[in-house]
Amino acid sequence: MYVLEINDIKKGFKDGEVLKGVSLNVGEGEVLSVIGPSGSGKSTLLRCATMLEDIDEGEIKYAGETFASVQHGQKNYINSKQLKKANSIFGLVFQNYNLFPHMNVLENIMDAPVRVQKKKKNEAREEALSLLEKMGLSGRENSYPYMLSGGQCQRVAIARALALKPKLLFFDEPTSALDPELTMEVLKVIKSLAKLDIAMVIVTHEMEFARNVSNRIIFMDEGVIVEEGSPEQVFNSRNTRMKNFLGRYIL
Amino acid sequence: MNLSDVLIQLLRGMGISIYIFAVTLIFSLPLGLLTAFGRMSKNIIISSIFKLYISIMRGTPLTLQLMVVYFGPYYIAGIKTPGNYRLYAVMIGFVLNYAAYFAEIYRSGLLSIPKGQYEAAHVLGYSKIQTFFVIILPQVIKRILPPVTNEVITLIKDTSLAFTISVAEMFSTAKALASASTSMLPFVAAGILYYIFNLAVAHIMELTEKRMGYYRE
Repeated sequence: MYVLEINDIKKGFKDGEVLKGVSLNVGEGEVLSVIGPSGSGKSTLLRCATMLEDIDEGEIKYAGETFASVQHGQKNYINSKQLKKANSIFGLVFQNYNLFPHMNVLENIMDAPVRVQKKKKNEAREEALSLLEKMGLSGRENSYPYMLSGGQCQRVAIARALALKPKLLFFDEPTSALDPELTMEVLKVIKSLAKLDIAMVIVTHEMEFARNVSNRIIFMDEGVIVEEGSPEQVFNSRNTRMKNFLGRYIL
Repeated sequence: MNLSDVLIQLLRGMGISIYIFAVTLIFSLPLGLLTAFGRMSKNIIISSIFKLYISIMRGTPLTLQLMVVYFGPYYIAGIKTPGNYRLYAVMIGFVLNYAAYFAEIYRSGLLSIPKGQYEAAHVLGYSKIQTFFVIILPQVIKRILPPVTNEVITLIKDTSLAFTISVAEMFSTAKALASASTSMLPFVAAGILYYIFNLAVAHIMELTEKRMGYYRE
């Protein structure tokens, strides 16, 4: 069964249609990278999939359950109670981390498990500490976000998302706000997650990374999926738009 | 009349001033938050009503508002108010006025929180109420503390306006004492007492600001 199924979704804003019918499936534990030029609709796709934006048309299913369905203007969204359960199916890592500045690292990670999933405090704390260790951040649990580098913040944000034990984790350009060195440390962490059983959908501009880490790559342009396949297939594609795009990454 | 008599009477008046001050804060701070929500409502009728309310409260003198609250029930509706209504009128007037000012401070604070904070909370599964009380409000409080301190200090001095409808707080007392003794002394003493009151409040606000300083944005 697919963790995520997206069927022909469309989304427009005032200045035009951004997604012009996009479909994709993500299997359990699969790592999928979404690449493409700025404005191609990658981020909008992610925002629609994570329910941060409503869709104009199409269907979104998680683990076989319909979360959003808009057919011929007839809208069906899951109610907030279901959504709460749903939020533990997927997690999202933002480009600019969006950590809670008034909470320390530990609180950032364990607050949602305790408050939303009603986990016991001790248990949540243990799990948070072990996640921090995996992120290479042992000893930083009492730091506040402002004390951390961008790379450390992003790793805390990844730990925060993982703490809810999602089946699927979305990354929205997770290294775009970081310098090359910090980018590497975050990419390493994401790569280490690929070995776990969590499916990942990564919107990224890091071509080498996408090539190394993904089972499958999707190339988007102007609101549609232009090319889809294994890293080899996509990077060796004869599609002109694809070749033009990749050409810009080679000096 | 000697100094200690003057002081005793002034301190009695100061008790009333502090009472007005405390009641005003206790009610206007939460009411201000509700007003800010009303003002920010997506429903244009609700937001217009609150906008008008804020505009009237900020656009007319507080003295006048106190008189409307005090005399209004009788002259407008013909309701006879009880003898102790004076003090209530003062407190109602102050609460209504300060809630409007606080509402605008809350609003500025709420608008200054980045959208990403709401989005992160949403994706993590926080309910709207949890998002507000756990994620947003603590950050808003830290941001609005300086302008709130400003209003609180103004409020201390504004309590003297209760004098308009003859509530015997510190300023009214000082004025009565001064005319009875044809002396400036009661005014000087009252001035010093207001200043001490202000120093104490400013100190408390400063401590609160320091306590909120455990994190930076």
